[in-house]
Formats: sequence, C-alpha cells, structure tokens
Amino acid sequence: MRYLYYPGCSLKGTGRAYEESMLAVFQALDVLVEELPDWNCCGATAYMAVDELKAFALAARNLALAERMDTDTPPADLIAPCNACYLVLNKAQRYITENESIGNKIHTALAAGDMTYSGGVHVRHPLDILLHDIGVERIKTAVKKPLEGMRVACYYGCQIVRPYATFDDQYNPTSMNQLMWALGAETVDWPLKTRCCGGSLTGTIEELGHRLSFILVKEAINRGANIIATSCPLCHFNLECYQKQWQTRYHDDAHMAVAYFTQIMGMAFGIEEKRLGMRRLFVPPAYIAAVS
Amino acid sequence: MPISSENNGKIPRIGVYICHCGLNIASVVNTQQVAEFARGLPHVVIARENKFMCSDPGQDMIQDDICEHKLNRIVVASCSPLLHERTFRKTAQDAGLNPFYFQMANIREHVSWVTLDNALGTDKAKALVAAAVQRVQSHEALDSQQSPVNPAVLIVGGGIAGIFAALVIADAGRKVYLVEREPTIGGHMAMFDKTFPTLDCSACILTPKMSDVKNHPNIVLWTYSEVEEVKGYAGQFKIKVKRKPRYVKEDDCVGCMLCVEACVFKKPRFADEFNLGFSFRKPIYMPFPQATPPIVLIDPNQCIQLTKGKCKRSCMNVCEKNAIDFSMKETFEEIEVGAIILATGYQTFDPRRIPQYGYGKYEDVYTSLEMERFTNAAGPTQGKIVRRNGETPKSVGIIHCVGSRDKKNHSYCSRVCCMYSLKLAHLIKERTGAEIYNFYIDMRTPGKGYDEFYDRLLDEKIHFIRGRVAEVTDWARRPEEEGKLVLRVEDTLVGIARRIPVDMVVLSVGLEAREDADEIRRQFNISCSHDGWFTERHPKLAPVSTTTDGIFLAGTCQGPKDIPDTVAQAGAAACEALSMIDKGFVQLEPNTAHIEENRCSGCRVCIALCPFSAITPSENGLTSTVNEALCKGCGTCVAACPSGAAQQRLFTDEQIYQEIEGLLSYV
Amino acid sequence: MDFRKAKRKIKYESELDSHFAKEIVEKAGCEDLFHCIQCGTCGGACPISAYMDYTPRRIVAMTREGLKQDVLESYSIWLCASCYSCAVECPKQIKITDIMYALKQKAIEEGRYPRRFPVTVLAREFFKSVFAKGRNNEGILMTKVLLKTNPLKIFKQALLGLKLWRQGRIGLHSDVIQNRDELRKILSALD
Repeated sequence: MRYLYYPGCSLKGTGRAYEESMLAVFQALDVLVEELPDWNCCGATAYMAVDELKAFALAARNLALAERMDTDTPPADLIAPCNACYLVLNKAQRYITENESIGNKIHTALAAGDMTYSGGVHVRHPLDILLHDIGVERIKTAVKKPLEGMRVACYYGCQIVRPYATFDDQYNPTSMNQLMWALGAETVDWPLKTRCCGGSLTGTIEELGHRLSFILVKEAINRGANIIATSCPLCHFNLECYQKQWQTRYHDDAHMAVAYFTQIMGMAFGIEEKRLGMRRLFVPPAYIAAVS
Repeated sequence: MPISSENNGKIPRIGVYICHCGLNIASVVNTQQVAEFARGLPHVVIARENKFMCSDPGQDMIQDDICEHKLNRIVVASCSPLLHERTFRKTAQDAGLNPFYFQMANIREHVSWVTLDNALGTDKAKALVAAAVQRVQSHEALDSQQSPVNPAVLIVGGGIAGIFAALVIADAGRKVYLVEREPTIGGHMAMFDKTFPTLDCSACILTPKMSDVKNHPNIVLWTYSEVEEVKGYAGQFKIKVKRKPRYVKEDDCVGCMLCVEACVFKKPRFADEFNLGFSFRKPIYMPFPQATPPIVLIDPNQCIQLTKGKCKRSCMNVCEKNAIDFSMKETFEEIEVGAIILATGYQTFDPRRIPQYGYGKYEDVYTSLEMERFTNAAGPTQGKIVRRNGETPKSVGIIHCVGSRDKKNHSYCSRVCCMYSLKLAHLIKERTGAEIYNFYIDMRTPGKGYDEFYDRLLDEKIHFIRGRVAEVTDWARRPEEEGKLVLRVEDTLVGIARRIPVDMVVLSVGLEAREDADEIRRQFNISCSHDGWFTERHPKLAPVSTTTDGIFLAGTCQGPKDIPDTVAQAGAAACEALSMIDKGFVQLEPNTAHIEENRCSGCRVCIALCPFSAITPSENGLTSTVNEALCKGCGTCVAACPSGAAQQRLFTDEQIYQEIEGLLSYV
Repeated sequence: MDFRKAKRKIKYESELDSHFAKEIVEKAGCEDLFHCIQCGTCGGACPISAYMDYTPRRIVAMTREGLKQDVLESYSIWLCASCYSCAVECPKQIKITDIMYALKQKAIEEGRYPRRFPVTVLAREFFKSVFAKGRNNEGILMTKVLLKTNPLKIFKQALLGLKLWRQGRIGLHSDVIQNRDELRKILSALD
C-alpha cells in the first residue's frame, strides 16, 4: 500500500509529534507514505471567512498536485491528518465538483497557474486508512506492548465527521475506539467526543475558547479516563497546552495526559519514544507510560 | 336537449375546446392563440375557449355546437383524462354522439403546471392539440360493456378504520371479510389509555366495536391472516388469504386461559408485544384481555413442543375443549369480492434514527407509544408512571416532532403528535405531579375542542418551550444536573440557549408508512407517495378512492390522521364500496384487444402472456382469438405480437401513429 | 436599573435592507436560507450560542428580514468556530456554518467589524501569510495577532511560547513553497 500525504502547516509546527508518530506507525505497518511535493496551506477555516473562493483555490491546487502525481491506483488517496485540512480539502472537493459556478471559477483560476484538476482525488483521514484499509487484525499483530490499564477518552473533534461523515458515524464515531481496543486499551464513554474544542477561539477570544476545551478535559476526568487521544493538531493544542493556565483561570484542576492517537499506537507497537515525538508533549511521556 | 342525428359521418367535423381552468392553464398558456391555431387545422370546424370547460355552460357549449355545426369529433384541451374524460364523453353522448369520438389533450398537468414559460407552454399546448386533432379522426364508434359487481367487500386491516368500515358495510346488509395480520383486531387504538381532547377511555369506546365485529352475522373475521394474492378487477376480485396457524382451534377455544396457567413455563419470560416488551408473557398467550377474538395462540418460536417436539403438553391436557392442536398448518381461503378497502395503518418512527435523543442509550428515554402503555391501567405498570428504577419522576420532558418535519427523516408533519403530547403531558401531570416541559416547534391544534385543550394545559402550568431539542445527554454541568437527563435547547421565545435537567424524556414519535407498505401497494396495484403513504385518486374530490377502480383507502395508510378523521374516512370508504355494490355493475372501458386473423401467424406468444386467459387458438389452430368478454385491456398481447395482428381498441396502431404524426407535424 | 438606558428597539421598514437576504442566499451553501422554520435546533446544538449576542437562529431570521446592520455588526458571526454542529442537526439541512461564512465575508467586504477584533485580525494575517509564502507559521501568526490586538498578552503567553520553542513545536523560520508564482497567479485570477 502506498499513499500520498498532505501534512498541512500544523504538522510541520505545533503538531510535529503527530507527523512523526503517524509516519512511524505507518512504517511499522509496512505502509508507504509519500509527502505531496510543494503543497500549500489547505485554505483553512480562517481563510474561508475572508474569501471562500480563494480558500477553495488553495485547496484545489493541492488536489491538482495530488492528481498529477504518479500513483499506483488512481484515483489518488490523499492522507490529511489534520481535521481542519481534512474538512477543507473535502469541502473544496465537493463544492468544485458539485457546484457548477464555483467549479468553473476554480478551473479558470487553476488554468492561470497552468494546472488542471479533474476531481479524481480521494481525501482521507489516517483513522479511516488504519481502520478500513489496514484493519484491526493487522494492527493487532503489530502490538508488542498491549496497553493494559490505559483508559482512553477518544476525542474526534468536530471536523472529521461533520459535516461529511464518510467513514464513521456522525453522532457516535467509533473508529478511534476500535483502534484503541485493538491495542489492548479501554475506552471511556464520553459524550463530548465530537464536541468543539474551541478551535482558534482559544487564541482570539480566550475566555470563550478556553472554557470549551476546559470542560472537555474536565468531563474526561469525570468519566474515568487517564489519557485523551486526539486526531487533530489544533484540538491537541487546545486540550494540552492551556492546562496550566486553567488552574489560575478556573481555580480548578484539569490535568490530564493528551496524546495523538498515533503516538498511543506507536507506544503499543514498541516504537521508541523519540520517533513518536513524545518529548514534544507537555505531559511527560513517563507519566503516559506509567498509566499503561 | 336537441340531439344531432347526422353527425357520425365519414368526413370528420371536429370541434376543439380549450379550457382556461380558471387561471390554472390560462396563466401560462395563451389559450386564445391555441384556439386560433386549432382553427387552422384540417377538419376543425370550430375552436373555442372557456373559463371552465367542465362547468355546465362549458358542456352546453359543446353540445350546442355538436348540433349546430354537425360536429362528429370532439377534442377538449384541459386537465388530465383521469379527472374529466368521463365527463366529456358523457357530454358528447348526451348530444347524440358516440362517446368515443372524443379525445382529450392534457394541457394542465403536462403543460401549465410544469413550466412558468408562457411561450414554451403555449407551444407545447398547440402541439398536444394538433396531436389530439389528428388522432380523433381515426377514432371509431365503440360500445362499452358492463360488468356485474360481487356484493362482498374485503377489508384489509383491523384497526379502528377497518373495524368502522366493516360495521358500516355489514349493517347495510353486505358481506364483509375482515383480514387482520395480528392475532387480534384493535390496532394502535387498543393500546392507548385516553383519547384527546375529551380524555374518554380508548378501550371503553373501542372494545364494544371490536365485539360487534366478532358477533356480526355479515362479518367474516380472519385474524392472524394475510392477503396472499389479489386477482381480478373492480367488481370481480379474487382473493387468496393465508391463515397462519395459532395451534389453537379458533372455533373451540373459549378463552378460559387454563392452558396459559398450565404452561410448563411457570413464569412469563417472553417479551409481550402488546406492551412493547415492557412486560412478559408465556409461549401460549392472549395478546390482551379484551383481544378479539378472545382466544389464545401459541408462539411457534418459543413453545418447546413446537421447537423441540418435547414437552409435557400440560396446556393440551388441561383444555377441556381439546382446542389445542400442535399439528396445525397454515391454510388458505379463496374468496370473491366486488370491492376492497385498505386500512393497513401506520407504524411509529424509530427514534434510534436520531441518536442525539439517546433512545436505547439512556434508560429513561421512552417513545410516546411506550408512554401510552405506561399510562394505561392494563399496561405494564398498571397505569403508574415510574422511572426504570421504580421512582416517580419529578420532571419530564416531552419532545415533539421526533422524526417529523425533518428532512433527514420525514419532512411532513405527523398531525397527531402535538395533541397526543398534550394528552400525555396532562396524564403524567395528573398522576405524578411532575414538572412537565413540552418542547415544540409549532403548536398545531386545529380540531374541534383541540385548542381549548391546549388552553387547559396552559392552565395546568405545563411548561411550553418553543424550541426543537438539540440533544439529550447525561453530561452534567451543574450539581442540579447530576444523575439527570439534560435537554439542551434554544428557548426561541426568549432567544437564549437553555439546559433543562429532567428525570424522564418522552419522544413524541411521528407516524410513518408501514415497512411493507410498498409490497402491499404492488399487491393491490395502487400508487403511493415517496413517503410510502397510499395515494388517493384526488386529494380533494376523491379522497378515499385509488387509481385502481374498486379499491378504497381508510385511515392512516393514506397519511397521518387522528381517530376522528380516521373514522370519518373509514365511513366514506365504506359508503363508496356500498355505492358501487348498490349500482350493481361497473362500466368497462371498451379497450379490449382483438386479433386480425389475416395478419396472425398463429405463433401463440399472446396466449402464454395473457394474464386473464382470454386468448385461445382458433378452431383450425392456425390463428388465435381473443374472448373479449374476458379481456381486461391490459395491452400485453398487443405489445408482444410480432406481426401486429393483436390490436387494442382506443389504442390501435393507427390511432397512435396519427397522434405521433400530429405532434411531429407541429414540431 | 437605569431607565435612561431604555432604547428604541422598533424596526421600520425603511430601516431594513430588502436586498440583503437576496445577496446572501446567492452565496455558495446559503441556498436554503429561506427554508428555516426557526425551530432553534442550531442554537441548542451550538456550543457557543451561550456567548452570542444573537443565537444562530436569530441571525438567520434577521438576515432574512433584512436587518443587515444588526447582523453584520453582531459578534455572533465571529464567534462561530466552524464545528458544523448546527448544520448537521438542522432538520431542514440548512448549511448554517456556510451562512456564517457568507456573513463574515460580507462584514469584511463592508468593513463592518472592530479593527482590533482578534478574529478578523487573525483572518487577515493568515490571508497575508499564505498569499506571500503559501504556508502558515502558527507561532508567527499568533504573535502578530497578539501584537495587533492586545500586545500585553504577549507577556502572558511568553512562557507557553518558550516551552513550545524548546519542544521544537514553534520556530521563527517560515516554510515557503517553491512555486509561489503559480499560487499567486491562481489566487489573483479570482480577484
């Protein structure tokens, strides 16, 4: 199996651990992943607000690049690990192919840069690839250290199942839970698994953004979890990096390990910490190792 | 009225009439231009327009012209032939013309209702008129036949609609076969405790009717039975009914229940369907105490004698009437009826399809139908409203429009939910004193005494929160929410989001077409809407008829409705059936097939295909002949005949080619 | 209670903009604006409605009725975090998130937003960075936003920034794509 990989800006920055651990996990499962050359920003949520067409054009350039690549089995599968990139690329794909007026404008714009896009790329999330292409059985065979005692709150965030639930249930997604079970971990029943983490509001309207992510962590603790697994760099940042600030802000302790689901998989596969980006986490890896 | 004597001549003299249908047609089609165009067509003697061709003045106009201008062919360009073909044929006939010298062009459903473009609409109307004018020239004078009507009626479904229709027809002295799939009649109404808005006891008004059905000399009641096959046509239907084995002889059982007592299963342990699984029964059981017929049956998947062939058979031993018979097999009954009434009812929406309401996940989330059973004195809790843990709820949320007014589920309003939610709110308040919150989108109480009932509920200080609940969750944000179900909703009248903790949630589920409605639709050859509800012939003027003659609709199989409306419709359906029976005959379309002997090669393809066995080889075996008394005009042989020898009256090749030619000559 | 704060709330027809709704409904994803039955599912589902001056439902109603000024100057539209809960749960399948986007674009187009409002500053800075480099550097972006909105907060977040820098999660080096010209041509073609 071979896939194209679209990192997006965050996986080269705050979400580096996600990139590192994901690549390590795919390698352990003998899956070839090739980074899309010269990719650009996906268009992201903030851009949409300013100019939707340009946001679609940004996404379209990436899709066109992917389509141009020589892949084993067209249509190309493009992995987008960041939830926001995943949504924006998918949304652009839909609007370009389904809305004639937008499609025409984007095709004209691409032509200005000597590019074409015929709509053949399939944008996919690593959760989808791991569960449906590789499968739980294959993953089980790679487990070297079953994660007994780990009680995971699987956090999907908003944008992988909303608005386009293509690979999992919109209201009660379970793909990450299934992966965690395959690793020998337990998952907790946590009704907030698709509730918004606050997105970029934590950086703009702090009071509001922080509360959204704070209540997620708080409830995960109430539900008996000892770690939160994430699938998006922004969610991860919001849940992880402000924990200390919450103490002063809310006079309430909401301290909990937060790791990318790929890091947790890597741990179960026995991949060394360095390759999983463990040292880039706020909560010490030793602590995470201790709970498992 | 003057009658024309010399207008059946060979040279066509055609009158064309363009209807405005008020503004229905005239707002899109330039009728004046169409009339002008028609005047220029060959053999057209006169072309006129009128605001309503189907009105008396419109018809008079045609008749006067027939006499004055010696017209011998009539074309009316108006609505669908389904609506008024009969009207205009009769108009022609009354003026002395053979009624089949008539052709209709549909410029409403096919033109003005499907476009807003005046020029295109007018163009198409002209083309259709040209086609009709050319076709009508090749029409022939035909005689229509009559067919007698069998005076018995089949009613499918024994809910309140089927029961009421059966009693009306039986009281009129006609025979009724009432076929019900379940072991008892009564339907959903038998499950309710009270009916809105009068709060009279559902059972008290229904069960007497149920026993009337059972005891009526003119009603044959077959419960636990299904229609297996439908053949024939209006007036002469042949029906095959499958009777499933109860393993209890219906004529012998007296419903003493000794067998149930004696069953080797000492404790009831199988989910009781009538109580929606909230209580238990034995493999041998009576669905509920007032079941009609009041006899027991055995569930073949649970009784160990029937599954394993090994049991003490204590039920059999205790039965003094020897009514139990484990060797019983399904049997079939064949009957002939003149008319059919479908009263197959509805099913409730499964709220698992809206997972955010937590049905199936949180134990104190119930459907409204389940709540009906809880409020019922004969229900699983003897009328007590309690949570799963046995406590009386202190607060209850009732969510309206579950599955209704929702594009992802049913976009229609289910019509009954607002009222039954008010009823449940009242009953729960009365029995528990709990705080009741109704969450509604719009309150719909249009019925006699309905809005007054709403006023009464307001007076009872029930909360009415205008807002569709987004989510039911057990996620507590505040101490008062701990251990509760929290409803998150926008109070749209106040304009703010709210979180309301309650002990119990009732989901007011909508009504939907039964799962197998489509199968039934095919079996009876009627049509249904995309929602699965059976379609009436006309929403206003033929609300209980279907597009198949002799088949009528009653109750919720046609669409959501409450008990009063259901009963009214059942009465109407019964009267339509009686009217047909009393007339004694149905007029048949003279659209039978015949075989032109000189073109027939005797290949006999038609014989094998004819669904009515109307075609036989001729005496010398070289050709085939149609017995036109048996032919129903389905056209199968005409389409199949390789040499074009099979022809159908009203649809001869010549007529169809002429119609096409007329159409193309315009284009 | 201060009665002097009583404010006239009535709307006269002449104060409404009858073209506003027509403009919005034309935008991609906003086709179903007029199908709204005001049930409030969006307001109930929205994790942020508690903070909004008008719930999403009211925004839809106000847009439809032409209360252009009130809509474009409300901060509700800027609070939307694009979680799509409203759009997914709407019984009429109205893409409310896309309507929010359309309104944000309209507000920016007409310059009707607070200058130092972080959400719009973020949007603009993000836009500039991507246009210039093709990619975005989160650390630089957040620093710029803080500088332009509330410079004092930089000190507050300095510790966090330092920590992230040590972990290799933020840096001052910006990634730049190769074919910047190609990208600019594509974007400029849409002007």
